[in-house]
Amino acid sequence: MSTKILFDRIDEPALNTLEVYERRGGYQALRQALTMAPEDVLKQILDSGVRGRGGAGFQMGRKISFLPHGDMAKYLVCNADESEPGTFKDRELMQKSPHMLVEGILIAAYAGDIHKTFIYIRGEYQLQADILEAAIAEAGRAGYIGERILGSDFSASLVLHRGAGAYICGEETALLDSLEGKRGNPRLKPPFPAIEGLYAGPTLINNVETLSTVPHIIRMGGAEYAKIGTETSTGTKLVSISGDVKRPGNYEIELGIPSREIIYGLAGGPPSGKPVKFWFPGGSSSPVLTGDDLDIPYDFDSMAKAGTMLGSGAIIVADESRRVLDTMLKVAKFYAHESCGKCVPCREGTNWTQKMVERIYAGEATPMDLDIMASVQEQIIGNCLCVLGDAMAMPIGSMVQKFRVELEAEIEAARERADGAAVQDVIPLGVADEHAGPLPVH
Amino acid sequence: MSFRDRRTSPDLTGDLQWRRGEGLRDPQNARFPVPRFGHGSRVPGWDEAVDLTKDPAVIPDLATTTIPQDLQREIEASMAKYPDRRSAVMAALHAAQAVHGWCSPAAIDQVAAVMRLTPAYVTSVASFYDMYKLTPKPANDVFVCTNISCSLLGADEFHETMLAAAEGEDINVASFECLGACDIAPMASVNGEYVGPLTDEDATAIVEDLRAGRPVLPAKQLRYRRSTDPDVQAEGTEFAPAAGAPRADTAGLTGLEARADRPGAEGAPVEIPPETRDDA
Repeated sequence: MSTKILFDRIDEPALNTLEVYERRGGYQALRQALTMAPEDVLKQILDSGVRGRGGAGFQMGRKISFLPHGDMAKYLVCNADESEPGTFKDRELMQKSPHMLVEGILIAAYAGDIHKTFIYIRGEYQLQADILEAAIAEAGRAGYIGERILGSDFSASLVLHRGAGAYICGEETALLDSLEGKRGNPRLKPPFPAIEGLYAGPTLINNVETLSTVPHIIRMGGAEYAKIGTETSTGTKLVSISGDVKRPGNYEIELGIPSREIIYGLAGGPPSGKPVKFWFPGGSSSPVLTGDDLDIPYDFDSMAKAGTMLGSGAIIVADESRRVLDTMLKVAKFYAHESCGKCVPCREGTNWTQKMVERIYAGEATPMDLDIMASVQEQIIGNCLCVLGDAMAMPIGSMVQKFRVELEAEIEAARERADGAAVQDVIPLGVADEHAGPLPVH
Repeated sequence: MSFRDRRTSPDLTGDLQWRRGEGLRDPQNARFPVPRFGHGSRVPGWDEAVDLTKDPAVIPDLATTTIPQDLQREIEASMAKYPDRRSAVMAALHAAQAVHGWCSPAAIDQVAAVMRLTPAYVTSVASFYDMYKLTPKPANDVFVCTNISCSLLGADEFHETMLAAAEGEDINVASFECLGACDIAPMASVNGEYVGPLTDEDATAIVEDLRAGRPVLPAKQLRYRRSTDPDVQAEGTEFAPAAGAPRADTAGLTGLEARADRPGAEGAPVEIPPETRDDA
């Protein structure tokens, strides 16, 4: 049996209630933290080396230490706007163990001297939001949230905020705008949210999984937690596996195990028995890897070395029978739809990439289109306020690079199909007489 | 013939329907071998000009705006939760949409009046997010996820089947971006309830369940799904619902005050809010 921290007996019925959670030792970590000085709590989190589980993989303790000290309105926002295609780990955590998240938020707030906290949950997660709302109310009645928590001097409020279906609001600054009641457009950084975030106050933003880990860090001790996983990627990680695998779902793994063990060992590999053709290691925003890359260890640094990223820990697997082109269109369409339109390279780049992929289907593309597509991706990366455009550019760029031969064959096949259709389907003369005249050139 | 004359459909949100060569073959569009919307433009809604003779709408007066009392109370409660009242605009729009069925001009005005914001501001927010509907819609929503994982496992085909099955019913079927449930792919969110993995037969079952007003595909609801991680299952727990059994994993939610203010939620095992809202 491997190490289970977040998922330890998560299927226990009614774990979402305070009664069962407390019976299992819940809120003991908060009690323990409140007897410690905030600096000591922060030190434990720093010692644990826990990195953000939302996508960027930034060390959580360092993020807290960036918050300015002093008497001012500081905020903590839990990012539960889990919208990255392929990711569904936070959903299971919030649905089955909401109090773990609440406890983590309170401890993190204590460490950062924060008194106002929020959870921004995506609007589609209605069941999970209802469960969280009930858990917050229950915790409030038990004295875990509110004024002078458990008799200490620490007070904190917690508000659940429901989103309304915008992928961009998972981006931290867009999330803050949305939480302020505006359209969810990203902001220029710097200033980073740790300095100037929600309502222009210093703001700590962390993912659900990261914050849910905090009670366990306090319980185990930071140094003890750091022994799990690899040196630079400590702890366990929830991975969401989907696509062509026998047992799709969430698995808690120790960081650093070979990817093959996750895809074949835990998830059972493709049900068809065909080999893996390509897979996304960290959600649809990560550059794809191929079947040859299955032995790369699954941790932040090894993935970065392989030219991709661990991201949110969402693995999407496609077997040999799948067309790269289909996935490419899905990726391009998704980002074109979700681009907020604030920055030109992203707004236009995602849109035109989608059109160029559609051109391949229509049989109008030439192999040169692949080069144009690749150059569009280069012009998006690093040129926008947020990384939504990059999130399309990186996987599309990697697909063009790694599957160029196949895409060129697709282009050729589609052209032949289209030419054949055109010969059979001649326009009858005279129909367009009303609009006679030279056709405009486009 | 001007662009205006060529307008055939007031639907400004429709997708571009154009395939190779179609513009050449269609006499209506003979001069335009580029994708066009129904009204002849490449840009949706390009000729919906702002009426410059009209003054901009001001904040509606709460005294003269009719608004359901419950809605007003709910919006005011949301406003009290935040340091800045504007933060409550999303919650207010959710509440107003639940009452009106969509974000109608009346709903926008009511939100604006209670929150002391201009209707333009409220509309700017409502038009940004996918879940607020600025046009009337059927009472039931079936959102079929057609993102990567789901489409690998046949979601596009299911979407077609679902569209055909819901023909003529009071059901809004739409393809949706990743709903965060790839473990049950292909899946759909039926009035907020996640169901999957779906087969073609489920499309008619969904329609029948919605028509009869019962829980949709109870055996396939995500809320009962056990974790797939083999090491985490507690002994002796059973997540799959026995016929007529109470909903085990949400048992702790019964009768909690947090839900008590919502219609149809008192005392009973938690129902999915939109279902109850839509029935109301």
